[in-house]
Amino acid sequence: MSKQHWQSFGELNNSDAYKQSVNDEFQEQLPFEADDKGFLEAKHPRRDFLKFLGFSTAAATIAASCEIPFTKAIPFANKPEDIVPGNYMYYATTYVQDGDAVSVLAKVRDGRPIKIEGNDLSPITKGGTSARVQASVLDLYDTARLRFPTIDGNEATFEDVDKAVAAGIAGLGSAPIVILTSTVVSPSTKEVIAQFIAKHPGAKHVVYDAVSYSGILLANEATYGKKAIPTYRFDNAKVIVSLAADFLGTWLSPIEFAKQYATGKKIDEKNPEMSKHIHFESVASLTGSNADERFLHRPSETGAIAVALLAAVNGQAVTGIDDAKLKAGIEKAAKELVAKKGQALVVSGSNDKNVQIIINAINEALQAGGKTIDWSATYNTKAGIDSDFAKLVDDMNAGSVGGLLIFGANPAYTWFDSKKFVDGLKKVKLTVSFSGKADETTQLVKFVIPSNHYLESWGDAEIKTGYYSLQQPTIYPLFKTRQWQDSLLSWSGATGSYLDFLKQYWSAKVGGASGWDKALQEGVINPSTIAAAAASFNSSSVAGATSAIASYKKAAPNSTELYLYQKVAIGAGEGTANPWLQEMPDPVTKATWDNYLIVSPAKAKTLLNIDLTNNGQADAYEVKPPKHVVSITANGVTVKLPTLIIPGTHPDTVGIALGYGRAKELGKSVFDEEAGISVGANAFPFASLADGTVSFSIASVDLKDTGDKFPVALTQTHNIYNTAQGNRTEVMKELTLAEFKAKPTEILEDREAEVKPYGGLENYRALGTIYPDSMNDRPGIKWGMSVDLNTCNGCGACVVACTAENNVAIVGKPEVLRGHEMQWLRIDRYYSGSDLDNPKVVFQPLMCQHCDNAPCENVCPVAATNHSSEGLNQMTYNRCIGTRYCANNCPYKVRRFNWADYTGADSFPDNQKGIVNDVVLNMNDDLTRMVLNPDVTVRSRGVIEKCSFCVQRLQSAKLSAKKESRPLEDSDIKVACQQACPTNAIIFGNANDKKSNITTIRKDNPNRLFLSLEQLHVLPNVTYLAKVRNIEEEKKEA
Amino acid sequence: MIDVRKETNFGLREVTNEKKFLIIDCLSRYCHIFAPRKDIFLLKKQQTVYMAFPKRLSIPSLILSILLLTTAITNKVSAQDGKFLFSQNCASCHAINKKLVGPALAGVEDRWPDKTKLHSWIKNNAAFLKTGDPYANNLYNEYGKTAMNIFTQLSDKDIDAILGYISTTAKAGSGTTTTAAGDPNAAKGEESDNSLLFGILTLVLAVIALVLLQVNSNLKKLADVKEGIRSAEPVPFWKNKAYIAIVVVILFISGGYMTTRGAISYGRTINYQPVQPIYYSHKVHAGINQINCQYCHIGVYQGKQATIPSVNICMNCHMAINEYKGAKIYNEEGEEVNGTAEIKKLYKYAGFEEGKPWDATKAQPIEWVRIHNLPDHVYFNHSQHVKVGQVACQTCHGEIQKMNEVKQFAELSMGWCVNCHRETKVQFKDNGFYSIYEKYHADLKSGKIDSTKGVTVEMIGGTECQKCHY
Repeated sequence: MSKQHWQSFGELNNSDAYKQSVNDEFQEQLPFEADDKGFLEAKHPRRDFLKFLGFSTAAATIAASCEIPFTKAIPFANKPEDIVPGNYMYYATTYVQDGDAVSVLAKVRDGRPIKIEGNDLSPITKGGTSARVQASVLDLYDTARLRFPTIDGNEATFEDVDKAVAAGIAGLGSAPIVILTSTVVSPSTKEVIAQFIAKHPGAKHVVYDAVSYSGILLANEATYGKKAIPTYRFDNAKVIVSLAADFLGTWLSPIEFAKQYATGKKIDEKNPEMSKHIHFESVASLTGSNADERFLHRPSETGAIAVALLAAVNGQAVTGIDDAKLKAGIEKAAKELVAKKGQALVVSGSNDKNVQIIINAINEALQAGGKTIDWSATYNTKAGIDSDFAKLVDDMNAGSVGGLLIFGANPAYTWFDSKKFVDGLKKVKLTVSFSGKADETTQLVKFVIPSNHYLESWGDAEIKTGYYSLQQPTIYPLFKTRQWQDSLLSWSGATGSYLDFLKQYWSAKVGGASGWDKALQEGVINPSTIAAAAASFNSSSVAGATSAIASYKKAAPNSTELYLYQKVAIGAGEGTANPWLQEMPDPVTKATWDNYLIVSPAKAKTLLNIDLTNNGQADAYEVKPPKHVVSITANGVTVKLPTLIIPGTHPDTVGIALGYGRAKELGKSVFDEEAGISVGANAFPFASLADGTVSFSIASVDLKDTGDKFPVALTQTHNIYNTAQGNRTEVMKELTLAEFKAKPTEILEDREAEVKPYGGLENYRALGTIYPDSMNDRPGIKWGMSVDLNTCNGCGACVVACTAENNVAIVGKPEVLRGHEMQWLRIDRYYSGSDLDNPKVVFQPLMCQHCDNAPCENVCPVAATNHSSEGLNQMTYNRCIGTRYCANNCPYKVRRFNWADYTGADSFPDNQKGIVNDVVLNMNDDLTRMVLNPDVTVRSRGVIEKCSFCVQRLQSAKLSAKKESRPLEDSDIKVACQQACPTNAIIFGNANDKKSNITTIRKDNPNRLFLSLEQLHVLPNVTYLAKVRNIEEEKKEA
Repeated sequence: MIDVRKETNFGLREVTNEKKFLIIDCLSRYCHIFAPRKDIFLLKKQQTVYMAFPKRLSIPSLILSILLLTTAITNKVSAQDGKFLFSQNCASCHAINKKLVGPALAGVEDRWPDKTKLHSWIKNNAAFLKTGDPYANNLYNEYGKTAMNIFTQLSDKDIDAILGYISTTAKAGSGTTTTAAGDPNAAKGEESDNSLLFGILTLVLAVIALVLLQVNSNLKKLADVKEGIRSAEPVPFWKNKAYIAIVVVILFISGGYMTTRGAISYGRTINYQPVQPIYYSHKVHAGINQINCQYCHIGVYQGKQATIPSVNICMNCHMAINEYKGAKIYNEEGEEVNGTAEIKKLYKYAGFEEGKPWDATKAQPIEWVRIHNLPDHVYFNHSQHVKVGQVACQTCHGEIQKMNEVKQFAELSMGWCVNCHRETKVQFKDNGFYSIYEKYHADLKSGKIDSTKGVTVEMIGGTECQKCHY
């Protein structure tokens, strides 16, 4: 059981720097110059203090000529009937971004959407969200949004633009117009496009996705006769094998899959069974980190692995795999899969048609059709075919495209051969972009008619066949923008608006106006239950695919391959301009505000001369933020990036995240004005077109250590702390399914042993202290939280949700570098075991534990933090004087100090210029501040803050129960992190209520339940359920 | 001073009171101590004095007020209690010198034959009626058999306090009933006039004392000369160390008192009564015409804000009521207010032309001057207090039904909030939410908790920081 957990290499080695860093809460020195000159000669001697004191008094006197702010109270002229000022309302709508569509509720307060929550009525996401969905509300208030239509960069009215475009279309003659979009999920928009095409003969619609699923679509066309992607049912799968498909993070429909995956990972203590997940990948991903077993391979081996797995599943020998570990992995995966035929699922993230044909063959052999793969509903979210777009680029260059109307696509950035696209674009006479922001493509077109943000838009989405989700505006358009469907409609000669069109489109389908109202209110229209269906499989293409894969060139043994991946938060660049997403630490690397080159520890040794088992070298790499900058050259493209060493990466593979290196017009988060460089570097140019699909793996790259260093803001080594009573790593507990089955009470016994000197578990609460228990005998409510580490996959949705709900400040890269990040909730990534190359990974969300015997409370000299009768550890900002004693005394390191005035909550608005980063100041723009939650105080400099258990939600839930004169129920409260969690790993409620979920989950899981650092007798109100990993035996550590 | 709470209101008309964008602004908080208000042009003459001080506070009166502080406090307690209890329990149906739903209460003690009977009538009139008391039954019939509320929670002491308040107010008011409408400041002026009187008296006494001391020392000197004792060269009194010491001590104490008081009450704009864009009289609407508060302040049961009514709510009645026919109204300066002209002002905002149908879309919002400002780091919810806590509006807003123009009645300080939370009972038995407090229910039954005191807001955590600050 006592397995070693480590967050950093220093911790693994117990290096000197690590030992030093764990001594202090705040790892930096106080900002005073230390010298030996004594008090009077010091830089700020006592007399200076008196001078400052005198100055402050004088300043206060002068400032006393200020008057009390004279405020007005302006009511509505005509109050809408159902709006009560100060109360929030939820409106159902749909998050749509580049093909991703998620049914959500927008929380609207006094006319402003301030928070996005999942829509429970959606059978696809079931109320789950992702970090990107949570952060999307900030995009609405993005200061870099385009504010009016332009012609050649000059402001124009809609009438002018319409006239000019009409003239442009008329002047095209026979040259066709092409509508270039990312996948359109809206059925009514498809209709609008069809109308436009009907009006303009020769026009066509080309769908282009930055990261497309062409491989799967084409493979399914070849084997099933349908160019579609079926529904995957991870919840029905007992064995899941993934070939580098990051289905919990970025692949296809991660929220849905995370939810399904979690059902297989939930453990019933009385009958402990769980699904098994075997992952093959090249660069450590979120999904790979969650896998029960992970095997590493070169990206070029993907095809061979698929073929070998097919052979093994069919009972044949595994051939063509040289790596013994990998070969064993494939054999093992096949064995597991075959044992659970009909309950097994294989997925692959490859965009290679041949690989996907083989995957289809494997699933067919495993009888997945109709069970773990359901053809009754197919995804409409990914329809782009790379070769279509490649042909369009050729046509443009040939001069045979007359007009190009672009929505949702940004090929000037995301297309690997962007130069060719840009050249082609110059040959197109009429270019129109409907992008809401001046992205790389939009900057090159003549007419820009910015479309509304999704929270300002009407619309619909057919996410899967028959599963509809509607979109309604939650705020009047902030700027002079117009939905692009309106533009298309008016150019097609239609008289009505898109809203009229939409209503007409739906009224017939949902039963008139009342049906439409109901559908809008619920936000979703679901089909009546359809039985899962299989599709008939045509195996004729399998042989061809196998031989095609066999002919793939094998990588030279000493070559290094490059794998381009998407980050959970950033995607293919959708999240780059959003500071919340930039500052969310990447689940795998724990880095913020950058992309970088990921290398394995083995590669670090050969490339950078860093031996991580050597204390000095590990410290030199790890302690200081500047990292080695390596130049990466392939396909004639060279990019320089700092390097991070991430275990779980194949030794001969390096990885770079897509989505960085954006145009500076996209906002302050993508471009560092001071340094004059964009954040990260663009990796799209490395991609290539192979066999008609875009490939994001590059067979051979040249790496060269430039000798330069560049700082990367990593949070993994922040907030580590050891106490005399034990190390921080003891906050974690995990075991294997085999161990759990053999001895269910292992963790319980472990806990018992820890507190034995203080009276054992039963009497620990009372006997572990000399003080009386203040929480004893308290009637009413006692808040409690439970986090299931088995279902938590570390995706980070909760981190962004907490940021949004609680007005948590963005601090920018320079501040994160100094360990000043403010997020109230962090997800700690622990490696476990001593396998440096491929360790197991555990994620643990850690927020204020609301200890009943809180060490922070009794060290506060001004009682700014104290305990409530409901078990909350209260933080009163306006009492806090910033001694930071509390943060120092907190064993979990969850208290955050406002080192600077990040929120501009100061009387003098610009006094932070030059002190905090531009991106932070940008968050104080009047526009951006509209996102702030008015129920939560914005903290100013010099005060401590921390997780409040979303006290504003608790108070509001209590109030609504009181108003209805009834006891509080579970359904009244969902704290922000719990609401956002796609896997329901977080449970919150009144622990004094015997029927509440929190009581039930604690009662039902006595053997997995643990409190982190229980032996300190801080009595946390957050309980964790230990991680159980589905592996047969744990290799005994040396 | 920059109003940092200023924010853009895209597509928004409502300026709400929960803009919590600023928390600790100690500097700006204390910088108003000696600050005259910039918005003086909107204030009445009397209020151009420095906000932090009571008006017309002179040094002598201050010295005196220190001297009289202890007695003043003891004298005021019961009257204040009575006032509080009266406004909380009685004021919605009774006035002191005026018949509302219930009879005018001036002289109520004289009217009732027996004080104990009056007490039991107030506590539980339904039960008392059953005793067949003739006076009570007559009264009941006289007022159309409208049942009075039951006040079993009032103790005898409480009732005495209320009666005490009624009799003192009735006496004070009997002379000024007619002028009350014309000069609501009269009663208030009395207090400061008194202190002025005491101040002058003190000054006169001090001067006399000084003169007598001088006379004494002169006489002593003369006697010394007569007896041939050589005395030191006389020290003039402005150089006399004893005098200087006394003056310094007095200045120090009074200065310190003023500064501290000013600092503590800084930003507490009690009695703030700005001029509003329309002379809207609560007295006419809520007092004389008995319009329920909630008719206009619709949010008070539902949300954080009581909400200031929008123009369409005003127009509900004023489409028909286009002139003021009531008793003359006088503003704070004693000038007569033309009610009809004020209604016309409303029409201008509403875009309403008499005789034509009203197009509500033409309405413009009325920019009222905000009176009750809570700091941004305080969460206050009206529905919590009014709907759940059943607190009367008058508890915090004063006898609003008697104010022509609204002024801030309570000081809205944290101490004021917390005191009320300590004393106020929650609706423990009536509200189903509190059923989970099983221990308190048991304690109430067993008498461990005094049932007259009941379960207070404090006992369920109502004085904890994060009940209002988060």
